[in-house]
Amino acid sequence: MPKVTMNINGRARSTEVENRTLLSTALREKLHLTGTHIGCDTSQCGACVVHVNGKAVKSCAVFAVELDGATIDTIEGQAAPDGSLNVIQQAFKDHHGLQCGFCTPGMVMSAAALLKDNPKPNEAEIRDYLEGNICRCTGYQGIVNAIMAASGQAVPAIAAE
Amino acid sequence: MPDGGIGAPTKRREDTRFLTGRGKYTDDFTPQNTSYCAFARSQVANGKIKSIDTSAAAAMPGVLAIFTGEDFVEVGGNPAGWAIVSRDGEPMKEPKRPVLAHGKVRHVGDAYAAVIADTLEEAMDAVEAIEADIEELDAVVDMASAVANSGTLVHDEIGTNTCFDWGWIEDNRAATDEAIKKAPHVTTLELINNRLVPNALEPRCSIGEYDPGTGDYKLTTTSQNPHLSRLLISAFVLGIPENKLTVLAPDVGGGFGSKIYHYGEEALVLAAAKKLGRPVKWTATRTEAFLSDAHGRDHVTKIELACEKDGTFIAFRTETMANVGAYLSNFSTATPTFLHGTLMAGNYTVPNVYVNVKAVFTNTAPVDAYRGAGRPEATYSLERVIDKCARELGMDPVEIRRKNFIKKDQYPYASAAGLEYDSGNYDALMDGLEKTADFAGFEARRAESAKQGKLRGLGINAYIEACGIAPSNLVGILGARVGLYDAATVRVNPTGNISVMVGAHSHGQGHETAFPQIVADMLGVDPETIDIVHGDTSKIPFGMGTYGSRSLAVCGSAVFRATEKIIVKATAIAAHMLEDEPDNIDFSDGVFSIAGTNKSVGFGDVALKAYIPHEYPIEGLEPGLEETAFYDPANFTYPSGAYASEVEVDPETGKVTICSMVALDDFGVVVNPMIVTGQVEGGLAQGIGQALLENSVYDDNGQLLSGSLMDYAMPRADDLPSFVVDHSHATRCNHNPIGSKGCGEAGAIGSPPTIVNAVVDALARGGHDVDHIDMPVSPSRVWAAMNK
Repeated sequence: MPKVTMNINGRARSTEVENRTLLSTALREKLHLTGTHIGCDTSQCGACVVHVNGKAVKSCAVFAVELDGATIDTIEGQAAPDGSLNVIQQAFKDHHGLQCGFCTPGMVMSAAALLKDNPKPNEAEIRDYLEGNICRCTGYQGIVNAIMAASGQAVPAIAAE
Repeated sequence: MPDGGIGAPTKRREDTRFLTGRGKYTDDFTPQNTSYCAFARSQVANGKIKSIDTSAAAAMPGVLAIFTGEDFVEVGGNPAGWAIVSRDGEPMKEPKRPVLAHGKVRHVGDAYAAVIADTLEEAMDAVEAIEADIEELDAVVDMASAVANSGTLVHDEIGTNTCFDWGWIEDNRAATDEAIKKAPHVTTLELINNRLVPNALEPRCSIGEYDPGTGDYKLTTTSQNPHLSRLLISAFVLGIPENKLTVLAPDVGGGFGSKIYHYGEEALVLAAAKKLGRPVKWTATRTEAFLSDAHGRDHVTKIELACEKDGTFIAFRTETMANVGAYLSNFSTATPTFLHGTLMAGNYTVPNVYVNVKAVFTNTAPVDAYRGAGRPEATYSLERVIDKCARELGMDPVEIRRKNFIKKDQYPYASAAGLEYDSGNYDALMDGLEKTADFAGFEARRAESAKQGKLRGLGINAYIEACGIAPSNLVGILGARVGLYDAATVRVNPTGNISVMVGAHSHGQGHETAFPQIVADMLGVDPETIDIVHGDTSKIPFGMGTYGSRSLAVCGSAVFRATEKIIVKATAIAAHMLEDEPDNIDFSDGVFSIAGTNKSVGFGDVALKAYIPHEYPIEGLEPGLEETAFYDPANFTYPSGAYASEVEVDPETGKVTICSMVALDDFGVVVNPMIVTGQVEGGLAQGIGQALLENSVYDDNGQLLSGSLMDYAMPRADDLPSFVVDHSHATRCNHNPIGSKGCGEAGAIGSPPTIVNAVVDALARGGHDVDHIDMPVSPSRVWAAMNK
């Protein structure tokens, strides 16, 4: 089997993969990075979004064997080494941007990519960008609010009661 | 009260692990030496299995074992949890649901063989090499044809495609018929409650393990109710003694009903693990989820509303065909009956209600409870026919509802559909809705839309649901084969922190944050010192799990009762420590004290005394501080709400855009308003998905046309508006100790009729003679209705 070496979350990691092994499978099964989730088989749900060379990619839509030498960032590398959440993660927690947590890794990685390209997106831009990430739990409102907050914009107070 | 007690919008503690990729879902577990399972699934909807040749597959690399239906002939079937009796007194038809199809395949995706191999790829490759000779038969897809019994049967042995023909309440039938016959006005509406696929984002996954040294089995699985799954596997399917089977439901990525049920794949991996002496893992693909998860809804209904000329309701009568699919899933017979027919009086003082439901077998995936489970179907039928009636009578839709609302001083109210509502205030909700949704400003907004060439409509809805299922004695009389209590153990540890073991299961609902708020509130301790244990049958008491918006109302009440017992015992210990009688001890803010003195002792010191019982009245008081409560509710709870939505219809394309969605709900006492708001928002998205986007469609041959996320329209962020959610108009639940009613399903119940009412309103105001459009209200359907 071919061997690939990738820089994953700042560390060089090598693994052997079949030609048909998807990046999502390689991350989960070979490298035990199970934070990247697989929610579908048609590259629709976005639970598996990671960054490949700085760009948001659905890791179920790329073969691992193609990525020798690539830089991969996954959800496991987003918090600080001491475990404290980054700005986006904290905003998701503060604004109830997750429920079951299954879509969350992909959402956080997509949000990071969005804010890199567009540091102050408006609501419509956020909703448009997240078209490739499905969440069945939240109705997206908490997610949109979290991304607004993470980009330093005002959001309505939660649960005004 | 400590910070973070009942009513605090505490941030969720579970979020940290989910946000950092440290959640542990079933597929994240791979025990040492795991083997992998893949299923051979039917490609035809109805077929006779003539032969299955596994010899070539068995010779493939890595293949360890192959199972077919023949291997499970001796074991039991997966049962229906609720026995329904037809109007003629006949019990419902209950064909066996085997672990793997045997003799016949009955829907596309019906599993007839399973391969276990060293790797998943090897298992999948070997599935392709199984040679199955399956003779395709005509498929039963359409319910009307199925009931007409054209000679094509889903289950030959029962001689019919009708599972049951149920009437509710049979004693009211004649009076309802008579009232409708004599009524000054009758509005009739035929409608379809569209079939949905739950699509929890985590596909089902099961890992079976067997320890030959002890004879112990372990099933790690995507379940909303691990004890119920264990009971079904032990008592009905495989016969593994309950004490030899642990069921673990770790982090679960959403359920919405679809993970309540026991599925054959769970039994298969356990049986295979025993045979191979190795862990066996199966993870569904999304395609398998579409084909084999229990679907939801799928009712075809005719509803009649009889009323006076002034809009006073006289009777509701419905005839419904409910699809149960090819096999009876565990709650499939309860959902269209007692979770649906009993709600058919809605929020109204209508004197006559009669409901007829025919449950129909078809060659489609099983249909069972999906978020709301029967109550969305009831609400949709009622609230659509009421809107149509108002239009026919020239009445305002708010006015006709208010005229018939049960008034706040009428509780407890015995509804004509057999329930006793304990509390509510529907007028207050409607008052709030009129303000929050700014009905007064609608005309101006409509004019503005018109300038843009858009038709704007306003839709409203009032709903009631029955949650917190359920009183065991009552549901036993009605046919339930289980009790519907829940259970909690509160264990105060020697150092004063607390572990709470609960029967409910959290898969998005935030129990790990909300349940400690109850205990903290009662004990006056920091909620951070309290942890919830759930999802492991070897650790938790026998509770019934999470569905039907029951976790807080039922399991939360068990937590409350167990904590009360803790206080009683801790008070007795404190009394001893303070050298007084328990009756003289006050307990507040975590401190036991004697009024009028400076004598006091803290909760932590009492806990320590319980576990280090020196100088302790050991003759009359056991050491330790741990209590269990089983809570069986006295009644259902009755959340209610009033919703409004404004939509714009593009007359050129028929596209519907939601401009606003306002949800006012009465959930009783709210423990964590942030979580409750999130539950409503998620429900709204699913309801709007049903109203505008989602549809599970089979063709005449029983092929699932909407079998992937590219064909089945899940709501995405850009399909939805921002929501306005308000749960401040609360009336307390009168029969559980917390006063909560349940919030998990409300949004999915209240929103579909709101949206469809708004679309029909927009078309009517635009001069189109359209009185109904079936969901999903897609552009093509709207355009066709406008241009008929």
